[in-house]
Amino acid sequence: MTYLAKPKIHHPALPRNALGFTRRDYEGAISTLCAGCGHDSISAAIIQAFYELDIPPHRVAKLSGIGCSSKTPTYFLGNSHGFNSVHGRMPSVLTGAALANRDLIYLGVSGDGDSASIGLGQFAHVLRRGVNMVYIVENNGVYGLTKGQFSATADKGSKSKRGAMNKDEPIDLVLLALALGATFVARAFSGDKSQLVPLLKAAIAHRGAAFIDVVSPCVAFNNHPGSTKSYDYVREHNEAVNRLDFMPVRAPITADYREGEVRDVVLHDGGTVRLRKVDADYDPSDKVAAMGYLESRRAAGEVVTGLLYVDTTSDDMHAALRTVQVPLNALKDVDLVPGSAALAGINASLR
Amino acid sequence: MDTRVKAIARVNDFVVKFANVNGSGSASANGLFARAILRMGVPVAARNIFPSNIQGLPTWYEVRVVEAGWRGRRGGVDLMVAMNPQTWERDVAEIEGGGYLFYDSTKPLPPSKFREDVVALGMPLTAICNATYSDPRQRQLFKNIIYLGALSALLGIDPAEIERLLAEQYKGKEALLDSNRQALSLGREHALASFECPIGLAIERRDAVGERIFIDGNSAAALGAVYGGATVAAWYPITPSSSLAESFAKWCRKFRTDSASGEARYAIVQAEDELASIGMVIGAAWNGARAFTATSGPGISLMQEFLGLAYFAEIPAVLFDVQRGSPSTGMPTRTQQADLLSCAYASHGDTKHPMLLPEDPRECFEFGALAFDLADRLQTPVFVMLDLDIGMQDWLCEPLAWDDTHSMDRGKVMTAADLDAGRDFGRYLDVDGDGIAYRTYPGTHASKGSFFTRGTTKDRYARYTEEGHAYVDNVQRLLRKFETAKALVPKPVVTSAAQPTNAGVIWFGSTGGAMAESLAELERQDIHLDRLRIRAFPFDDAIVEFVAAHEHVFVVEQNRDAQLKMLLVNECGIDPAKLTSVLHYDGTPITERFITKEIGEKARLYNVTPLAGGRRKAGGRAA
Repeated sequence: MTYLAKPKIHHPALPRNALGFTRRDYEGAISTLCAGCGHDSISAAIIQAFYELDIPPHRVAKLSGIGCSSKTPTYFLGNSHGFNSVHGRMPSVLTGAALANRDLIYLGVSGDGDSASIGLGQFAHVLRRGVNMVYIVENNGVYGLTKGQFSATADKGSKSKRGAMNKDEPIDLVLLALALGATFVARAFSGDKSQLVPLLKAAIAHRGAAFIDVVSPCVAFNNHPGSTKSYDYVREHNEAVNRLDFMPVRAPITADYREGEVRDVVLHDGGTVRLRKVDADYDPSDKVAAMGYLESRRAAGEVVTGLLYVDTTSDDMHAALRTVQVPLNALKDVDLVPGSAALAGINASLR
Repeated sequence: MDTRVKAIARVNDFVVKFANVNGSGSASANGLFARAILRMGVPVAARNIFPSNIQGLPTWYEVRVVEAGWRGRRGGVDLMVAMNPQTWERDVAEIEGGGYLFYDSTKPLPPSKFREDVVALGMPLTAICNATYSDPRQRQLFKNIIYLGALSALLGIDPAEIERLLAEQYKGKEALLDSNRQALSLGREHALASFECPIGLAIERRDAVGERIFIDGNSAAALGAVYGGATVAAWYPITPSSSLAESFAKWCRKFRTDSASGEARYAIVQAEDELASIGMVIGAAWNGARAFTATSGPGISLMQEFLGLAYFAEIPAVLFDVQRGSPSTGMPTRTQQADLLSCAYASHGDTKHPMLLPEDPRECFEFGALAFDLADRLQTPVFVMLDLDIGMQDWLCEPLAWDDTHSMDRGKVMTAADLDAGRDFGRYLDVDGDGIAYRTYPGTHASKGSFFTRGTTKDRYARYTEEGHAYVDNVQRLLRKFETAKALVPKPVVTSAAQPTNAGVIWFGSTGGAMAESLAELERQDIHLDRLRIRAFPFDDAIVEFVAAHEHVFVVEQNRDAQLKMLLVNECGIDPAKLTSVLHYDGTPITERFITKEIGEKARLYNVTPLAGGRRKAGGRAA
């Protein structure tokens, strides 16, 4: 029952972040998803990322569409405003919200049905507009709430739980995001929190459209042999191009690496993401190469994860629109209404 | 011309129609014609009749010169400026007996192309242009100014007024100004030398325009949005609403650009479709900005799912619906009032939405600003229902007015201070009994006042539930809120006939242009009707009282299915037998002649006569 709040009793010994919040302050209601659902791991990673980044929870707005993944914003950041909108249309609602107040952090949570099927159009346009946000697709290749139909990200030839074969080509949201102009593109696996948490932190620090495709197995309908989105399959085929550590702006960088093994990427807020290279040749600043690499590994049946592309010089929709620094929702009559004298001038010009 | 037919002779009261080819640059010359007459103090009612096309198809511009100030179409044409060979036959056929035909006589036309009862005024426009200009584009553009010059002579328009308008238009572009002046004079001199000027139709200087302004509804509504404090606009191009969003951009550049930084105190996004447009509006309004979209019927259809969400989750939104010929793509460049039902009850399930029904650009401005206060106060989508006739045509109307003491009504919003003071926050908790609950903007408070917005059912504290009693409690409150809306929306305008009568007439929106004139004409025919102009939905009780006080009530509207009548019957429990529909839906604006004929015939059938003994039925004269 999602309306059952968890008891807000904090153990006095719970560690607190720089703001004095405990991890519990970043939690939400009890999840009603199936036990073992990949999505719950993603919620946990989100809680950890915001807690560790010392972000006040109410300065985050979490928006989603419809589906299992879109239910999850209830289960984290209970002190944030949330908006469970219309199926496939979260991107437009988030865009509007971001227009109204540029000072909040926008977290869009969607699924493969929500983003790759019904919402493919809005997915495309929110990325090309450079809306400053973290857009997460919790990708399990299947419609859970309606009991197991294939989604548009299901691989061709993969089998449903009932044994049906998927005949259609899959949509690779990562490749699409690159083509559409997302300036931060990553793929992660819900079963690997050590990779997902720093990716989330880096995406939050990024200014512009940040997209993370998180492969997140559906234990109820897509975790069987023959599925390409199962825990076993993804573990066996996960090819990480890099491992990450995120260092906020104030943390001294002390870890010691051999030259050539690491690459530091300084993000918009001054924070740094340190990439420990797994594939020595992978360059996440080269979009064209990234697209070629991803296509070739996909053809080989691998699920490439890690920070796949980042443009540290990107800017966002507000910069393109040249809007004022003050949030638009804070402007007053004096800022907005030209008044009767101006109207008299308009009247005079219309005679 | 047949001598048995007398040429029409009228001063300041006739209809001139220009038949042009789309994309030939005629709009500018035709606009100068209308505005020059206004500058002479004589009112005009002007309408563009244009195709869904950029270049090549027929287009018309109709200018009704009308000293009496009527704003609707009269019907009929007294002078046809026939510049389009494609439509020659129908254009010539449309002229009133005794009327005039001005045409390009460069290429001789057989007598069969003319009418014996119409005065033909031929001028070799093409030959004049070819002799004067070598550039083909100039030949085309200046042809328009040359015929404008000729018309100034034929109708007695003061050329100095046209020159002043040209000077305003080409300020800083003196070369263009000079060449336009020359073309104007060329046409004028040629007409003065060729014809007896003025012809029977003449403009005489008057002071009948006064302070009134000449403006289109889309531009006025957009200005209303600026004054209403809108900061976010999301839209998708669709005729006839596109110029509303574009005007908003224009006004914002003028009034909302920070003089120091050059930064914008507004954001306009041309969305990928109408679904995204309304989604952005809802997202922005949820987050505390005033936001709107502008669209037309097909866009309203696409927005249905989101409108249900905004109704049910109670998020403000303002929609300007500039109605056009429907259904489907319909007649995209023609006018209708056919979206009433699809807006009043937009979305699946039980929904109702307030609608404002402006009658002219001045009310587009007023209601355009008011809509944002209402949307915030009522936390629901509010529709401002224009149509192509109001939206895209210039109307002569009273100057726009603004009360500087007005400040935005942001409705019930709980602040961090309220929450710290311990006020109980239930997002859907009706604390005041008016059906309206408090909301909080995202980011307000670190530990209080957050809630989850959703389209699924919820209890008073925004917690998800599918319990039947909680659902009923919620939707009953929404009905209370709609009742509250009734008191907040503009009241109907009720006016009594000159004599007591058992009949009345109800209309709304652009129909008012022709309606006022028709009522005067009916009165002349001794048919007296009390009047009620509806300005908003939900309907005011005064409307029910008005119908109850009359035996026969005509409902005049511009759609096939009598949508206003349906709404009245459905919402007010009115006996449909009392309402007689007068319906005009061919895509052209309703005319005085049409209304007068329809009501006249039916009124005689119903034996609508003045009541003896001065019995008054409808409640008094109102503003």
